[in-house]
Amino acid sequence: MAKRIDINNLNVYYSDFLAVEDVSLAIEPKSVTAFIGPSGCGKSTFLRTLNRMHEVIPGARVEGEVLMDGVNLYDARIDPVAVRRHVGMVFQRPNPFPTMSIAENVLAGLKLNNRRMSKVEAAEVVESSLRGANLWEEVKDRLDKPGSSLSGGQQQRLCIARAIAIKPDVLLMDEPCSALDPISTLAIEDLISELKSSYTIVIVTHNMQQAARVSDRTAFFNIAGTGKPGKLIEMNDTSTIFSTPSEKSTEDYISGRFG
Amino acid sequence: MTITEEQSDAAAGVTGLTARTQRTANSIFAGLSVTSASLILVVLAAVATFLLVEAWPAITDTSGELASRVEWIDPEIGESLIQIIGFLVFGTILISTIALLIATPLSIGIALFISHYAPRKLAAGLGYVIDLLAAIPSVVYGLWGAIVLLPAIQPFYNWLGTTLGWIPLFAPDPTTGVVSATGRVALSAGIVLAIMIIPIITAVTREVFLQTPRLHEEAALAMGATRWEMIRMAVFPFGRSGMIGATMLGLGRALGETMAVYMILSPGLSYSFGILQAGNHNTIASYIASQFPEANSQGVAALITMGLALFVITLLVNMLARWVVSRRAAFSGAN
Repeated sequence: MAKRIDINNLNVYYSDFLAVEDVSLAIEPKSVTAFIGPSGCGKSTFLRTLNRMHEVIPGARVEGEVLMDGVNLYDARIDPVAVRRHVGMVFQRPNPFPTMSIAENVLAGLKLNNRRMSKVEAAEVVESSLRGANLWEEVKDRLDKPGSSLSGGQQQRLCIARAIAIKPDVLLMDEPCSALDPISTLAIEDLISELKSSYTIVIVTHNMQQAARVSDRTAFFNIAGTGKPGKLIEMNDTSTIFSTPSEKSTEDYISGRFG
Repeated sequence: MTITEEQSDAAAGVTGLTARTQRTANSIFAGLSVTSASLILVVLAAVATFLLVEAWPAITDTSGELASRVEWIDPEIGESLIQIIGFLVFGTILISTIALLIATPLSIGIALFISHYAPRKLAAGLGYVIDLLAAIPSVVYGLWGAIVLLPAIQPFYNWLGTTLGWIPLFAPDPTTGVVSATGRVALSAGIVLAIMIIPIITAVTREVFLQTPRLHEEAALAMGATRWEMIRMAVFPFGRSGMIGATMLGLGRALGETMAVYMILSPGLSYSFGILQAGNHNTIASYIASQFPEANSQGVAALITMGLALFVITLLVNMLARWVVSRRAAFSGAN
């Protein structure tokens, strides 16, 4: 379960364009790490290198290494598909499969592993995953209804249930609340706090209060200007970043002077 | 708006709330689109009426009087118009089904390759070539089929007939004991029709596949789906109604295709499933084309009755497709 990630001197390219430059940081297991920074600073791009999802875009590549419990995810022998089965991801906008029911959505990832499950076993996974995502009570009577019949916040929790159903080692969240109302946001934030007892969680957020509320460690990314690569400015305990950051630009950003 | 108008409007205190000339453009456009939409209904109604009115004498001909004046119906040996239409409907559906069975998987494969596998440049070029295929007139396909395809494929039919002849579909001719030596059989017609409908099915399914929301594709990939699993999980379910629609468009073209079938098929009338036997099948469109030039007025009425039958088949096929699509509307992804 929960694994630690060490990133060493990572450069991310889109073809010849250097999008993120020379990032080194450590992500502790069973903790929440937040990435904050202005739009376009490369924090989402960087997040997607942690499960090799950036490779979906043609021409994207990295230099450097991402070690998950010591195993380099970019080793030539590593299959990106297998990486993604260990590093789950939740996206900016809720994206349950519209053609599947709520239960089918939860089981979608397990079906990929070609595991033949008994009905009882499947029902157990659906229940435990939905409970894990704090959604069970709301949907237990309509598991066969389409996932798209839920509200936005419920859909996002369904996506979290889908992600944790395959029992990943790490859970990546790319601005998971940016399309949600405050109540749903609160529900997701509570959920994040619960999930960190069993998972390593990395969250990208535009909302600094959110970073302050949910994360243990915070990394601040910034960009010098359009066309320049994004960089890690500093990383520290969340309380330190939000009270006594060591860099001037971090202080400017968190106090709302730019970004 | 001129300055004086603005001033007077301002004086009246209604600046920005008054009707402006855009209203006229709006109503013109609304009128235009309503007219175009109604025109389609009018045309459909006109076609249906024409078919019914013209076919009426043949439909109501219970005494066999009309049949006796049509040279290609021979009541002496018990032939009737309904019987012939039955054979033709069977032949039409059989050959179209062969075409669809060949064309649909190929088209979906090509469309997937273009939308999800090929590098962008190759995809654009290939898409262009496929669209070009759609522009070739059917008579050219017919010529190509008759001159190039038939001789090339006949040996394959021989092989099919000898090795798989125990399957009724590929059974050799019971009288001669071999498959057709010319290759002018239902399977050939089906193959040429398949090639003709591949461009339309490919073009539509390709567009549908390209519309798959990136979010859903990424959801599947992020769970550790391979590309093929992602396609099964996100692309196919999303494109399901589009694929059915594309297939129906292709079927529509196959059902109505005249020239290619006319030039390739050795015609005949029967309910035989032997698609490697010549002189067993014909399609409605091809039959009408072959008999129309020589037809007297009763003959024309009889042929139009066949046209009506084809019209009804097309309607039924479309209704079936709609029903299939609507069955899981809640899960379609449209909401």
